[in-house]
Amino acid sequence: MDYGFRNGKELIDLCRTHEKNMGQIMILREMEISGRSMEYIRGEMKEKLEIMRAAAEKGIENEIKSVGGLIGGEARKLNDWNKKDKSISGTVMNKAVARALSVMEVNASMGHIVAAPTAGSCGILPGVIITAGETLESTEDEHIDGLFAASAVGLLVMQNATVSGAEGGCQAETGTAAAMASAGVVQMAGGTPEMSLHAGAMTFKNVMGLICDPIAGLVESPCQKRNALGVANAMVSADMALSGIESLIPFDEVVEAMLRVGKALPATFRETAMGGLATTPTGIKISKELYAPKI
Amino acid sequence: MKQYSAFDVIGPDMIGPSSSHTAGANRLGAMARKIARGDIKKATIYLHGSFAKTCKGHGTDRALVAGLLGISASDERLKDALKIADESGFLYEFRKADLGDVHPNTVKFTIEQSSGKTLEIMGASIGGGNIEITEIDGLKLKLTGEYPTLITRHRDCPGVISMVTGILADFGINIAFMSVYRHSKGQDAFMVIEADDSFDEGIEATLRNDVDGVKDAYSIIFTDGEA
Repeated sequence: MDYGFRNGKELIDLCRTHEKNMGQIMILREMEISGRSMEYIRGEMKEKLEIMRAAAEKGIENEIKSVGGLIGGEARKLNDWNKKDKSISGTVMNKAVARALSVMEVNASMGHIVAAPTAGSCGILPGVIITAGETLESTEDEHIDGLFAASAVGLLVMQNATVSGAEGGCQAETGTAAAMASAGVVQMAGGTPEMSLHAGAMTFKNVMGLICDPIAGLVESPCQKRNALGVANAMVSADMALSGIESLIPFDEVVEAMLRVGKALPATFRETAMGGLATTPTGIKISKELYAPKI
Repeated sequence: MKQYSAFDVIGPDMIGPSSSHTAGANRLGAMARKIARGDIKKATIYLHGSFAKTCKGHGTDRALVAGLLGISASDERLKDALKIADESGFLYEFRKADLGDVHPNTVKFTIEQSSGKTLEIMGASIGGGNIEITEIDGLKLKLTGEYPTLITRHRDCPGVISMVTGILADFGINIAFMSVYRHSKGQDAFMVIEADDSFDEGIEATLRNDVDGVKDAYSIIFTDGEA
């Protein structure tokens, strides 16, 4: 393969050799493995972006009720608060988080979303890419290229570690989504591929060890709020990388460490709903109430 | 190793909330429908492990029935699949079951067909929307649906495999993966052939009619976006 890469180092080498950014390398790689045209592949990503946009707005415009009933209405609440211009973390951050909350509400209500990389972490990438795109005044094409750059980072994690909460905890799941988002935004802001990977590395470092403990086993809580954390993490890491801050530990080594941490997590903290918040008195009560009428 | 696509990372686009409990379940239903060739009079669905535990909250029940009805993971109608089934007279029944030492997200379908024949299909949702069919009619096998797949049922005797692969070569089909299974020597055997290219219907007919020993052949064609 001309555009294949096994790790971050090889990806950076490809970018240098071909004088392309990460998103462009990812598109060329996709053309190579699928045999399809650049136009077709970019069109496919455009469709994903449109689904993301719709899901990011839906919960802001309407209050959504989730299937399990544990979440709903949070996106709208934060968005309303954000309009008052008194927020602590700033309007851009709050807008991005509100969008991520919305996508997770759509997900939990059995609406249409794009798993990125999973359904449980599907709010982060849209929240960050769409909102940063507004700030950066990015074109549609730049959004699409940003998503391809993000997919390169997700691919690195899928190839060398895991994106599954059941395998690596929430660090693997929302951690990867946030690392993808930060790398994508760095590229959209004109940063180098190296900066993108530094952003991704810093993002992972911030959530190393994060457990996956869904209440009643549902992809609702704390998943939704961890998507909010993922947005904040991605945006802060992107700004750090763009300012020239580097991750002391290279991306590939961070991913390897993340996998080792995930493997060391007891099964109770890996999406089994047998530990963490799921087994607090409230978590157990919710679970009992939800599953009282058996199927 | 499989080369992941950019759309394996950003995708699938699907109805939430869980890629393994919703999209994967839907895909299992869709595979069962394909294996039954769309001929389903009634489906009894046995839920095992995590599938049994968190079924309703994840919409696993709706996703499974949607798959059996031919509604895809990204179709908004997935949410209303149980209602659609009831309205169209599609019969289904859910039961919790211990299916043994299998993946926690395992489901078994018992499908009654219009001929009165019963078909049993078992499979697991193994993460990220990916699935494996693990058993058909009691025969253990492995089938992912990631590639166009052809299944044959044939007599376990010399020469059948070479005849089948010869015909595939005539049709210009490149075999990516191939496995042979049987219950015991001399009885019915099965081939699961995964290929780079789709199988056209002519191949199925040719195999059934021209190869002495092949009792049945059917293809399960899964292309992009159809899952």
